[in-house]
Amino acid sequence: MTLMSLGLVRGLVGQVVGTLIGFALIIIGRLLMGYDDPWYAEGAWALGSVFGTLGFLVGVGAMDDWFQWMVGRFPPIHHGPPKGKPAWTRYFGVDYNHKIIGIQYGVTSLVALMIGGGCAVVFRTELARSGLQFLSPELYNTLIGIHGWAALASILLGVGAMANYLVPLMVGADDMAFPRLNAFAYWINVPAIMLLLGSLVMNWDSGWTFYPPLSTRGSVGYQLAFYSIYMIGLSSILGSINIIVTMLLMRPKGMSLFRMPIFCWAMLATSLLQMTATQTIGQAVLMLSLERALGMGYFDPVSGLATATPNGDPILFQHIFWFYSHPAVYIFVLPGLGIISEILPVFARKPLFGYRWIAMSSLAIALVGFLVWGHHMFTSGYSPYLRIPFMLSTLLVAVPTGVKFFSWLGTLWGGKLTFPTPMLFALGAISVFLIGGLSGPVLATVTTDLYLHDTYFVVGHFHATIFGGFVFPFFAALYFWYPKITGRMYNETLGKIHFWLMTPAFWMMSLGQMTVGTMGMRRRIADYEQALGGMINDPVTVVRDGANVLISHGLGKVEVGHIIITIAGFTIAFSVLLMIYNLFNSLDVGELAGNNPWRSRSPEWQIPSPIPEHSYPTPITVVGEPYDYGLAGSTYVSMTPAPGGDD
Amino acid sequence: MSAHVTAAHGAAHGAGAHEDSHGDGAHSYAIHLQHSRLGLWLFFISEIFLFGALLAARFYLWRDDHGAIVRPELDQVVGLIVTGVLLLSSWSMNMAETGMEYDDRRTFSIGMISTFILGSIFLVGVMIFEWGLIPFPGYTAHLKPWDGAFGAIVFGMTGIHALHVLSGLIFIAIVWRLGRLGHYSGEQHWGVEACAIYWHYVDLVWIFFYPAIYLIGHAVHH
Ligand SMILES: [Cu+2]
Repeated sequence: MTLMSLGLVRGLVGQVVGTLIGFALIIIGRLLMGYDDPWYAEGAWALGSVFGTLGFLVGVGAMDDWFQWMVGRFPPIHHGPPKGKPAWTRYFGVDYNHKIIGIQYGVTSLVALMIGGGCAVVFRTELARSGLQFLSPELYNTLIGIHGWAALASILLGVGAMANYLVPLMVGADDMAFPRLNAFAYWINVPAIMLLLGSLVMNWDSGWTFYPPLSTRGSVGYQLAFYSIYMIGLSSILGSINIIVTMLLMRPKGMSLFRMPIFCWAMLATSLLQMTATQTIGQAVLMLSLERALGMGYFDPVSGLATATPNGDPILFQHIFWFYSHPAVYIFVLPGLGIISEILPVFARKPLFGYRWIAMSSLAIALVGFLVWGHHMFTSGYSPYLRIPFMLSTLLVAVPTGVKFFSWLGTLWGGKLTFPTPMLFALGAISVFLIGGLSGPVLATVTTDLYLHDTYFVVGHFHATIFGGFVFPFFAALYFWYPKITGRMYNETLGKIHFWLMTPAFWMMSLGQMTVGTMGMRRRIADYEQALGGMINDPVTVVRDGANVLISHGLGKVEVGHIIITIAGFTIAFSVLLMIYNLFNSLDVGELAGNNPWRSRSPEWQIPSPIPEHSYPTPITVVGEPYDYGLAGSTYVSMTPAPGGDD
Repeated sequence: MSAHVTAAHGAAHGAGAHEDSHGDGAHSYAIHLQHSRLGLWLFFISEIFLFGALLAARFYLWRDDHGAIVRPELDQVVGLIVTGVLLLSSWSMNMAETGMEYDDRRTFSIGMISTFILGSIFLVGVMIFEWGLIPFPGYTAHLKPWDGAFGAIVFGMTGIHALHVLSGLIFIAIVWRLGRLGHYSGEQHWGVEACAIYWHYVDLVWIFFYPAIYLIGHAVHH
C-alpha cells in the first residue's frame, strides 16, 4: 500500500494542482488580453480556490462514478472496505456507506473544532490583560474571523455527522437516497477547510461577518475565506436534499411521519433551512469575491460611474448575509434540541412529553427563522420602520422554543432518572440554552439592543445559544451513540470529569462575557481600556531615591472579567481534549457494550454494535409509538417483516 | 458553479446508479425514479433562493435618488431575440422528451440537437452582444462589469444564468449521446426527463430575469 492509494492524499495533491491551474488560467488570460503584468492576485486566488476544490474532488475520486456515467457506464455502488487495502483506509477515501460518511463527518468536525477553539485560546490569552501583548491587531482580527468560520464549519460538519449516521438508521433504511451525492457533499468540506487554513496565513480582518466596505478592500486572504464558505455551503445544500428524500421516501412500513424518532423531525426542519437559506450566503460571498476581483459595484458605495446611475450599498450585503446567517443559528441548534428530546426519555424511562408539539415547534422555529434577520441590523441605519416588525417576529421565536423547554420538564417530571454522561450533557445543554434563551429578548428589543449591540453581551448570548443548542447536545450524542458506533463503552469517569469541568466553566465564561459587555467592553477589538468599568485597586506610586516609581499596576474591573473568562475558556478547551482522548482511547480499552446498553427503543439499538455493513438484514416494521418508555408490553419496531403484505 | 452541474447530475444519476442494486429491475427503477424526482425538485426549490437573492439585489440597488425603480439602457432587440430563442428551445426540448417517451429516437435526436443549437445561440448572443466578450464587427456592448450597480447586476444575473445554461448544454450533450448509444427506453428514461426539466427550469428563470433587467423601471442613460 502506498501513500497515494489514500484518497485524502490524492485529493490534497489534486487541490495543489487545481490551484496552479487556476493561477495559470489567469496568467494566460491576462497575457492574451495584453496586460503588462500577467499576475493578478485577486483573480488568481479566486480562480485557484475554485479549481483547487475541483482538483481535490477529482483527486479523491468523489466524481469517479459520475464521469463513468457520462460515457455510458453504470458502475455498481461499492460496498465494504476497498479491495486489497486495510479496512481503516476506507475512512480516508471515498466510501458510500452512510455510517462511514457519518464518522468521517464527525472526526472532521472535531478537527475543525480544534482549529476554531485553538484560535479562541490564542486571542483569549491576548485579551486576559489590557494592552497588546503578543498579537498584532490584524492577526487578532484574522483569528476571530477564522475562529468564527472554523467553529461554524465544525458545527455544520457535526450536524452532518449526526444526520448521516442516525437518520437512515432511525428510519430503517439501508443507506441514504443518493450515496454518491452523500460522499461528494462530505468531501467538498475538506478542501474548504484547507482554504480556510490558507486564509489564516494570508490574513483577512473583517471578522466572520465580512461586512463591506472593509471586506471589499484589504489583503487577498478574503478570496480563500469566501470560497471556503461557498464550498461548505454547497455541502449543506446537497446534504440536506439527501436527508429530506431519505426521510420522506424511505421510511419502513408503519412509520408515519408522527412515528419517526423525534431527531428526524428536527433534521427535517433543519434540512429545509439548509436547503434554501444557504443559497444566499453563497451568493453573498460570491458577490464580494467578484467585487474585489472585477470591481463590480454591489456593496461599495463609491465604486460606480459618476452622475445619476445607482451605486453599491453595504446594507444590501447585510440583508443577504443575515438572511442566511440568522436561520443558520437554527440550522445549528435544531438538531441539538432534537438530540436533547431524543436522550431525555431514555434516561427518564418515561414517554416524551408532547411529541407532536415538539415536532411542530421545530418546523415553527424554522419558519419564523426566515422572518427575523433584520434584528442584526437595528444599528445599521436601515429604515426605522423595519425595526418594530423585526423585533416582534424575533420575540415570537420564544414561543416554540418555550414549548420545547416545557416538554423537557414534562418528560423529566416524575421520571426514574439516571445520570450517565450523555444524560448529564443533555441536562447541561438545557441549563446553558436557558442562559442563551433568556438573554435573547434583551437583544431582540430595539431599545436595549441599541446599547448592547456591539458589546460582549452579544458574544455571551450567542455562545450560550450555540453551546446549549449544539455543542452540549453534540457531546451528549457522541457519548450516547459511541457504544453503538464502536461496540465499546467510553470511560464513564473521564466523561463525568469532562462534564463537571466544562459546564461550570461555560456558565462562568458566558455570564462573564455578558457582564463585561454591560460594562462597556466592545466586541471584535484586540484591546481595551484598563479602567473600563472602574478600577479595583488604583495604581500606587511611591517615592524612591527621589523619583516616582510605580509599584502596582492596578486591576481594572473589566480586566478581572477577562481573566475569569480566559481561565474558563482554557478549562473548556482542556475538557474537550479530555473527551477526544477518551473517545480514541476507549476504541481499544473500552468494555464491550452489547447491543443496547441504554435500553433504548429506537431501531438502531436493536441490531449489533458495531453495526454491520448492511444495517438491517430484513426490512423493519413499526408497530407502536416511539417513546412509550415504561408502558408494559408496548413495542416500537418489529425486526421481522410484517406477515401478509408483499410490498 | 460547475457544482451546479454535478448537483443536477447527482440527482439525475440516482436512477442509473441503482440499475445494479439488489431487487428486481422495474420495481427498483420505479422507487429510485421517485427518489431522483424529489431530489431534483428540491434542488430547484433551493435554487429559487439563489435567483431570488439576485432579483432582490436588483430591485434594491436599481433606484434613483427618489427611490423610483430604474434600469440601464440596454439593447432591446438583443434582449428580445435571445429571450425568443430560449423560449423556442423549451419547445424543442419538450419534443425530444416526448419523442423518447414513445421510443421515437429520431424525434428525440432532432429535439436534443435543436435545443443544443438554440441554447448555444442564446449563450453566444449574450457573450457577444451583452458582455462584449467576443468582438463583433460594428457592435459595441453597453456595459462593463465595473460600471456601478448597473454593470454589477447585469453581469451578475446574466452570468449566473449563463452558467446554468452552460451546464444545461453539457447535460444535453451527454444525454443525447447516451440516448444514441441506446441507454434509454420509453419506460426508463430518467436521464432525459431530468435534462428536460432542468432545461425548462433554466428557461423559467430567464422569464423572471428578462423583464427585471430589460423592462421594469424607467431607463437611465449611463
Ligand atoms: Cu439572529
